[in-house]
Amino acid sequence: MKYALVGITCVVLVLAFVVGNNYYQDQQEKKYGSMAADHTEIFVRDHSRTLGSDDAKVTLVEFMDPACETCAAFAPYVKKIMADNPGKIRLVLRYAPFHDGADDFVKIVEAADKQGKYWETLNLMFATQNIWANHHNYQPEKLWDILPRAGVDIEQIKKDMQDPAIANIIVQDMADVRALNVQKTPGYFVNGRPLQTFGYRQLYELIQSELNTQYPQ
Amino acid sequence: MSPTDKATNTNWMLLFLCWLLVSVSATISIFFSSVLEYQPCVLCWYQRICLFPLFFIFATGLFPTFDKSVIKYALPLTIAGTLTALYHTLLYAGIIPENIQPCSQGVSCTEQYFELFGFISIPMLSFFAFLTLVTLLFILKRRTAS
Repeated sequence: MKYALVGITCVVLVLAFVVGNNYYQDQQEKKYGSMAADHTEIFVRDHSRTLGSDDAKVTLVEFMDPACETCAAFAPYVKKIMADNPGKIRLVLRYAPFHDGADDFVKIVEAADKQGKYWETLNLMFATQNIWANHHNYQPEKLWDILPRAGVDIEQIKKDMQDPAIANIIVQDMADVRALNVQKTPGYFVNGRPLQTFGYRQLYELIQSELNTQYPQ
Repeated sequence: MSPTDKATNTNWMLLFLCWLLVSVSATISIFFSSVLEYQPCVLCWYQRICLFPLFFIFATGLFPTFDKSVIKYALPLTIAGTLTALYHTLLYAGIIPENIQPCSQGVSCTEQYFELFGFISIPMLSFFAFLTLVTLLFILKRRTAS
Protein backbone atom coordinates (compact mmCIF):
# COMPACT_ATOMS: atom_id res chain seq x y z
CA MET A 1 0.00 0.00 0.00
CA LYS A 2 2.71 2.47 1.02
CA TYR A 3 4.92 1.44 -1.87
CA ALA A 4 1.97 1.68 -4.25
CA LEU A 5 1.14 5.20 -3.09
CA VAL A 6 4.69 6.45 -3.65
CA GLY A 7 5.04 4.50 -6.90
CA ILE A 8 1.75 5.78 -8.32
CA THR A 9 2.64 9.36 -7.36
CA CYS A 10 5.92 9.04 -9.26
CA VAL A 11 4.13 7.68 -12.32
CA VAL A 12 1.48 10.43 -12.17
CA LEU A 13 4.15 13.14 -11.94
CA VAL A 14 6.15 11.71 -14.84
CA LEU A 15 2.97 11.44 -16.92
CA ALA A 16 1.97 15.02 -16.06
CA PHE A 17 5.43 16.15 -17.11
CA VAL A 18 5.27 14.31 -20.43
CA VAL A 19 1.73 15.49 -21.21
CA GLY A 20 2.65 19.06 -20.27
CA ASN A 21 5.74 18.87 -22.43
CA ASN A 22 3.83 17.59 -25.47
CA TYR A 23 1.10 20.18 -25.01
CA TYR A 24 3.62 23.00 -24.74
CA GLN A 25 5.59 21.83 -27.79
CA ASP A 26 2.36 21.63 -29.82
CA GLN A 27 1.43 25.16 -28.80
CA GLN A 28 4.91 26.41 -29.71
CA GLU A 29 4.77 24.75 -33.08
CA LYS A 30 1.39 26.34 -33.82
CA LYS A 31 2.63 29.72 -32.64
CA TYR A 32 5.77 29.66 -34.80
CA GLY A 33 3.84 28.18 -37.72
CA SER A 34 1.48 31.15 -37.76
CA MET A 35 4.39 33.52 -37.15
CA ALA A 36 6.13 32.08 -40.21
CA ALA A 37 2.99 32.68 -42.26
CA ASP A 38 2.14 36.17 -40.96
CA HIS A 39 5.56 37.57 -40.18
CA THR A 40 8.01 36.03 -42.63
CA GLU A 41 10.38 38.94 -42.00
CA ILE A 42 11.19 37.62 -38.51
CA PHE A 43 12.72 34.54 -40.12
CA VAL A 44 14.28 36.11 -43.22
CA ARG A 45 15.49 39.69 -43.28
CA ASP A 46 16.64 41.48 -46.43
CA HIS A 47 20.23 41.35 -45.19
CA SER A 48 20.11 37.60 -44.46
CA ARG A 49 22.54 35.37 -46.32
CA THR A 50 20.84 32.59 -48.23
CA LEU A 51 22.05 29.52 -50.03
CA GLY A 52 20.09 27.49 -52.54
CA SER A 53 17.30 28.27 -54.96
CA ASP A 54 14.86 31.09 -54.17
CA ASP A 55 12.12 28.88 -55.63
CA ALA A 56 12.72 26.15 -53.06
CA LYS A 57 9.56 25.40 -51.10
CA VAL A 58 11.42 24.37 -47.95
CA THR A 59 13.18 27.17 -46.09
CA LEU A 60 15.67 26.15 -43.44
CA VAL A 61 16.42 29.05 -41.13
CA GLU A 62 19.54 28.58 -39.03
CA PHE A 63 20.39 30.87 -36.14
CA MET A 64 24.14 30.47 -35.83
CA ASP A 65 27.39 31.92 -34.61
CA PRO A 66 30.65 31.46 -36.55
CA ALA A 67 32.39 30.73 -33.23
CA CYS A 68 29.94 28.00 -32.17
CA GLU A 69 31.39 24.50 -32.34
CA THR A 70 28.09 22.74 -32.90
CA CYS A 71 27.28 25.14 -35.76
CA ALA A 72 30.55 24.16 -37.41
CA ALA A 73 29.75 20.48 -36.87
CA PHE A 74 26.30 20.86 -38.43
CA ALA A 75 27.43 22.86 -41.48
CA PRO A 76 28.59 19.90 -43.62
CA TYR A 77 25.56 17.90 -42.54
CA VAL A 78 23.15 20.64 -43.65
CA LYS A 79 25.03 20.97 -46.95
CA LYS A 80 24.67 17.24 -47.53
CA ILE A 81 20.91 17.32 -46.96
CA MET A 82 20.68 20.24 -49.40
CA ALA A 83 22.82 18.41 -51.97
CA ASP A 84 20.61 15.34 -51.66
CA ASN A 85 17.53 17.45 -52.44
CA PRO A 86 18.72 19.83 -55.15
CA GLY A 87 16.61 22.94 -55.64
CA LYS A 88 14.15 22.05 -52.91
CA ILE A 89 15.82 23.61 -49.86
CA ARG A 90 16.84 27.17 -49.24
CA LEU A 91 19.18 27.85 -46.31
CA VAL A 92 18.87 31.18 -44.50
CA LEU A 93 21.64 32.11 -42.08
CA ARG A 94 20.85 34.34 -39.12
CA TYR A 95 23.24 35.42 -36.41
CA ALA A 96 22.92 34.57 -32.74
CA PRO A 97 26.33 35.50 -31.27
CA PHE A 98 25.46 34.74 -27.65
CA HIS A 99 28.99 34.63 -26.26
CA ASP A 100 30.94 37.75 -25.35
CA GLY A 101 33.26 38.60 -28.19
CA ALA A 102 31.41 36.42 -30.69
CA ASP A 103 30.17 39.56 -32.46
CA ASP A 104 33.65 40.09 -33.90
CA PHE A 105 33.44 36.90 -35.93
CA VAL A 106 30.07 37.85 -37.37
CA LYS A 107 31.64 41.16 -38.37
CA ILE A 108 34.59 39.40 -40.00
CA VAL A 109 32.42 37.13 -42.10
CA GLU A 110 30.09 39.99 -43.07
CA ALA A 111 33.09 42.12 -43.99
CA ALA A 112 34.32 39.28 -46.20
CA ASP A 113 31.04 39.50 -48.08
CA LYS A 114 32.02 42.96 -49.28
CA GLN A 115 34.83 41.18 -51.15
CA GLY A 116 32.42 38.56 -52.47
CA LYS A 117 33.94 35.83 -50.33
CA TYR A 118 31.19 35.20 -47.77
CA TRP A 119 30.77 31.42 -48.02
CA GLU A 120 34.48 30.77 -48.64
CA THR A 121 35.34 32.71 -45.49
CA LEU A 122 32.63 31.11 -43.38
CA ASN A 123 33.64 27.60 -44.47
CA LEU A 124 37.30 28.31 -43.78
CA MET A 125 36.41 29.76 -40.36
CA PHE A 126 34.42 26.65 -39.49
CA ALA A 127 37.26 24.42 -40.67
CA THR A 128 39.86 26.26 -38.58
CA GLN A 129 37.63 27.03 -35.61
CA ASN A 130 39.74 24.95 -33.20
CA ILE A 131 42.64 27.32 -33.83
CA TRP A 132 40.94 30.66 -33.22
CA ALA A 133 38.06 29.70 -30.91
CA ASN A 134 39.49 26.78 -28.97
CA HIS A 135 37.14 26.17 -26.03
CA HIS A 136 35.65 29.64 -26.34
CA ASN A 137 39.07 31.23 -26.07
CA TYR A 138 38.43 33.73 -28.86
CA GLN A 139 41.46 34.95 -30.73
CA PRO A 140 40.35 36.95 -33.77
CA GLU A 141 43.99 37.92 -34.43
CA LYS A 142 44.77 34.31 -35.32
CA LEU A 143 42.34 34.65 -38.24
CA TRP A 144 44.55 37.28 -39.88
CA ASP A 145 47.02 34.51 -40.79
CA ILE A 146 44.34 32.05 -41.83
CA LEU A 147 41.87 34.10 -43.86
CA PRO A 148 44.14 34.99 -46.80
CA ARG A 149 43.60 31.34 -47.79
CA ALA A 150 39.99 32.29 -48.59
CA GLY A 151 41.34 34.96 -50.91
CA VAL A 152 40.33 37.97 -48.85
CA ASP A 153 42.24 41.16 -48.16
CA ILE A 154 42.78 41.30 -44.39
CA GLU A 155 43.40 45.03 -44.16
CA GLN A 156 40.13 45.66 -45.99
CA ILE A 157 38.31 43.30 -43.62
CA LYS A 158 39.67 45.12 -40.58
CA LYS A 159 38.31 48.36 -42.05
CA ASP A 160 34.95 46.97 -43.18
CA MET A 161 34.32 45.28 -39.81
CA GLN A 162 33.72 48.73 -38.34
CA ASP A 163 30.83 49.40 -40.74
CA PRO A 164 27.78 50.40 -38.64
CA ALA A 165 25.56 48.55 -41.14
CA ILE A 166 27.11 45.28 -39.92
CA ALA A 167 26.47 46.21 -36.30
CA ASN A 168 22.85 46.89 -37.25
CA ILE A 169 22.52 43.43 -38.80
CA ILE A 170 23.57 41.91 -35.47
CA VAL A 171 21.13 44.10 -33.54
CA GLN A 172 18.26 43.12 -35.84
CA ASP A 173 19.14 39.42 -35.74
CA MET A 174 19.40 39.42 -31.96
CA ALA A 175 15.97 41.09 -31.76
CA ASP A 176 14.57 38.25 -33.88
CA VAL A 177 16.41 35.75 -31.69
CA ARG A 178 14.42 37.07 -28.74
CA ALA A 179 11.15 37.19 -30.68
CA LEU A 180 11.57 33.53 -31.67
CA ASN A 181 12.94 32.53 -28.26
CA VAL A 182 16.11 31.00 -29.69
CA GLN A 183 18.22 30.03 -26.67
CA LYS A 184 20.97 27.93 -28.17
CA THR A 185 22.95 27.74 -31.37
CA PRO A 186 22.45 26.38 -33.90
CA GLY A 187 18.69 27.05 -33.72
CA TYR A 188 16.69 25.67 -36.64
CA PHE A 189 13.30 26.47 -38.11
CA VAL A 190 12.00 24.55 -41.10
CA ASN A 191 9.24 26.55 -42.80
CA GLY A 192 8.68 28.15 -39.40
CA ARG A 193 8.56 24.86 -37.49
CA PRO A 194 11.15 24.85 -34.70
CA LEU A 195 13.44 21.87 -34.17
CA GLN A 196 12.01 20.53 -30.90
CA THR A 197 14.67 18.10 -29.74
CA PHE A 198 18.18 18.72 -30.89
CA GLY A 199 20.18 16.29 -33.01
CA TYR A 200 21.25 15.36 -36.53
CA ARG A 201 18.53 12.76 -36.94
CA GLN A 202 15.82 15.08 -35.56
CA LEU A 203 16.84 17.84 -37.98
CA TYR A 204 16.87 15.38 -40.86
CA GLU A 205 13.40 14.12 -39.94
CA LEU A 206 11.97 17.63 -39.61
CA ILE A 207 13.35 18.63 -43.03
CA GLN A 208 12.20 15.36 -44.55
CA SER A 209 8.65 15.74 -43.23
CA GLU A 210 8.46 19.25 -44.68
CA LEU A 211 9.90 18.02 -48.00
CA ASN A 212 7.23 15.31 -48.13
CA THR A 213 4.50 17.89 -47.53
CA GLN A 214 5.81 20.40 -50.06
CA TYR A 215 6.92 17.91 -52.71
CA PRO A 216 4.46 14.98 -52.60
CA GLN A 217 5.78 11.94 -54.40
CA MET B 1 -5.50 -0.57 15.55
CA SER B 2 -3.54 0.44 18.66
CA PRO B 3 -2.98 4.15 19.46
CA THR B 4 0.75 3.76 18.69
CA ASP B 5 -0.01 2.31 15.28
CA LYS B 6 -2.38 5.16 14.60
CA ALA B 7 0.23 7.73 15.61
CA THR B 8 2.83 6.05 13.40
CA ASN B 9 0.38 6.07 10.50
CA THR B 10 -0.26 9.79 10.92
CA ASN B 11 3.48 10.40 11.06
CA TRP B 12 3.91 8.38 7.89
CA MET B 13 1.19 10.42 6.17
CA LEU B 14 2.79 13.71 7.25
CA LEU B 15 6.16 12.59 5.90
CA PHE B 16 4.46 11.37 2.74
CA LEU B 17 2.99 14.88 2.34
CA CYS B 18 6.50 16.31 2.65
CA TRP B 19 7.72 13.90 -0.02
CA LEU B 20 4.73 14.71 -2.25
CA LEU B 21 5.36 18.44 -1.95
CA VAL B 22 9.05 17.94 -2.81
CA SER B 23 8.19 15.70 -5.78
CA VAL B 24 5.69 18.16 -7.21
CA SER B 25 8.06 21.10 -6.65
CA ALA B 26 10.98 19.27 -8.27
CA THR B 27 8.81 18.29 -11.25
CA ILE B 28 7.63 21.87 -11.74
CA SER B 29 11.19 23.14 -11.34
CA ILE B 30 12.50 20.76 -14.00
CA PHE B 31 9.51 21.59 -16.22
CA PHE B 32 10.33 25.30 -16.00
CA SER B 33 13.96 24.78 -16.94
CA SER B 34 13.76 21.91 -19.45
CA VAL B 35 10.45 22.46 -21.21
CA LEU B 36 9.70 26.16 -20.87
CA GLU B 37 13.46 26.84 -21.01
CA TYR B 38 13.49 29.34 -18.16
CA GLN B 39 17.18 29.58 -17.28
CA PRO B 40 17.66 29.05 -13.54
CA CYS B 41 19.63 31.88 -11.93
CA VAL B 42 22.30 31.30 -9.26
CA LEU B 43 19.90 31.67 -6.34
CA CYS B 44 17.48 29.25 -8.00
CA TRP B 45 20.32 26.75 -8.21
CA TYR B 46 21.05 27.06 -4.48
CA GLN B 47 17.39 26.34 -3.76
CA ARG B 48 17.40 23.39 -6.15
CA ILE B 49 20.45 22.00 -4.37
CA CYS B 50 18.38 22.02 -1.16
CA LEU B 51 15.26 20.67 -2.85
CA PHE B 52 16.34 17.77 -5.06
CA PRO B 53 18.07 15.59 -2.40
CA LEU B 54 14.94 15.79 -0.23
CA PHE B 55 13.15 13.64 -2.81
CA PHE B 56 15.43 10.72 -1.90
CA ILE B 57 15.83 11.56 1.79
CA PHE B 58 12.06 11.64 2.42
CA ALA B 59 11.48 8.53 0.30
CA THR B 60 14.12 6.69 2.32
CA GLY B 61 12.43 7.78 5.56
CA LEU B 62 9.09 6.37 4.38
CA PHE B 63 10.25 2.77 3.99
CA PRO B 64 9.81 0.16 5.21
CA THR B 65 8.12 2.15 7.98
CA PHE B 66 8.26 5.74 9.19
CA ASP B 67 11.78 6.54 10.43
CA LYS B 68 11.94 9.62 12.64
CA SER B 69 15.66 10.21 12.04
CA VAL B 70 14.67 11.56 8.62
CA ILE B 71 13.64 14.78 10.41
CA LYS B 72 17.16 15.34 11.65
CA TYR B 73 18.66 14.87 8.20
CA ALA B 74 16.06 16.87 6.28
CA LEU B 75 15.77 19.94 8.52
CA PRO B 76 19.13 21.58 7.65
CA LEU B 77 18.35 21.37 3.92
CA THR B 78 14.82 22.73 4.30
CA ILE B 79 15.94 25.59 6.56
CA ALA B 80 18.76 26.53 4.18
CA GLY B 81 16.26 26.39 1.30
CA THR B 82 13.77 28.58 3.19
CA LEU B 83 16.38 31.23 3.95
CA THR B 84 17.68 31.30 0.36
CA ALA B 85 14.12 31.50 -0.98
CA LEU B 86 13.26 34.29 1.46
CA TYR B 87 16.30 36.29 0.37
CA HIS B 88 15.46 35.62 -3.29
CA THR B 89 11.82 36.66 -2.83
CA LEU B 90 12.82 39.93 -1.16
CA LEU B 91 15.42 40.61 -3.83
CA TYR B 92 12.89 39.88 -6.55
CA ALA B 93 10.29 42.14 -4.94
CA GLY B 94 12.86 44.94 -4.80
CA ILE B 95 12.81 45.10 -0.99
CA ILE B 96 16.53 44.23 -0.93
CA PRO B 97 18.41 46.18 -3.61
CA GLU B 98 20.38 44.14 -6.11
CA ASN B 99 24.03 45.15 -6.37
CA ILE B 100 25.01 46.68 -9.66
CA GLN B 101 26.44 43.89 -11.77
CA PRO B 102 28.32 43.63 -15.03
CA CYS B 103 26.49 42.04 -17.94
CA SER B 104 27.12 38.34 -18.09
CA GLN B 105 25.94 35.17 -19.73
CA GLY B 106 23.88 34.10 -16.75
CA VAL B 107 20.38 35.10 -15.84
CA SER B 108 19.61 37.89 -13.41
CA CYS B 109 17.95 36.73 -10.20
CA THR B 110 15.26 39.34 -10.70
CA GLU B 111 14.43 38.23 -14.25
CA GLN B 112 10.64 37.87 -14.42
CA TYR B 113 9.50 34.68 -16.06
CA PHE B 114 6.17 33.89 -14.63
CA GLU B 115 3.72 35.33 -12.14
CA LEU B 116 0.73 33.34 -10.98
CA PHE B 117 -2.34 35.57 -10.46
CA GLY B 118 -0.09 38.51 -11.20
CA PHE B 119 1.88 38.47 -7.95
CA ILE B 120 3.04 34.94 -7.04
CA SER B 121 6.56 34.65 -8.44
CA ILE B 122 8.75 31.56 -8.75
CA PRO B 123 10.93 32.53 -5.73
CA MET B 124 7.75 33.04 -3.70
CA LEU B 125 6.44 29.60 -4.67
CA SER B 126 9.77 28.16 -3.57
CA PHE B 127 9.62 30.05 -0.27
CA PHE B 128 6.14 28.79 0.56
CA ALA B 129 7.09 25.23 -0.37
CA PHE B 130 10.17 25.27 1.87
CA LEU B 131 8.27 27.00 4.68
CA THR B 132 5.57 24.32 4.54
CA LEU B 133 8.25 21.62 4.68
CA VAL B 134 9.90 23.21 7.74
CA THR B 135 6.51 23.49 9.44
CA LEU B 136 5.61 19.88 8.72
CA LEU B 137 9.02 18.68 9.91
CA PHE B 138 8.70 20.64 13.17
CA ILE B 139 5.24 19.14 13.72
CA LEU B 140 6.78 15.69 13.17
CA LYS B 141 9.63 16.55 15.52
CA ARG B 142 7.20 17.42 18.30
CA ARG B 143 5.07 14.38 17.65
CA THR B 144 8.05 12.06 17.85
CA ALA B 145 9.79 13.86 20.75
CA SER B 146 8.37 11.72 23.52
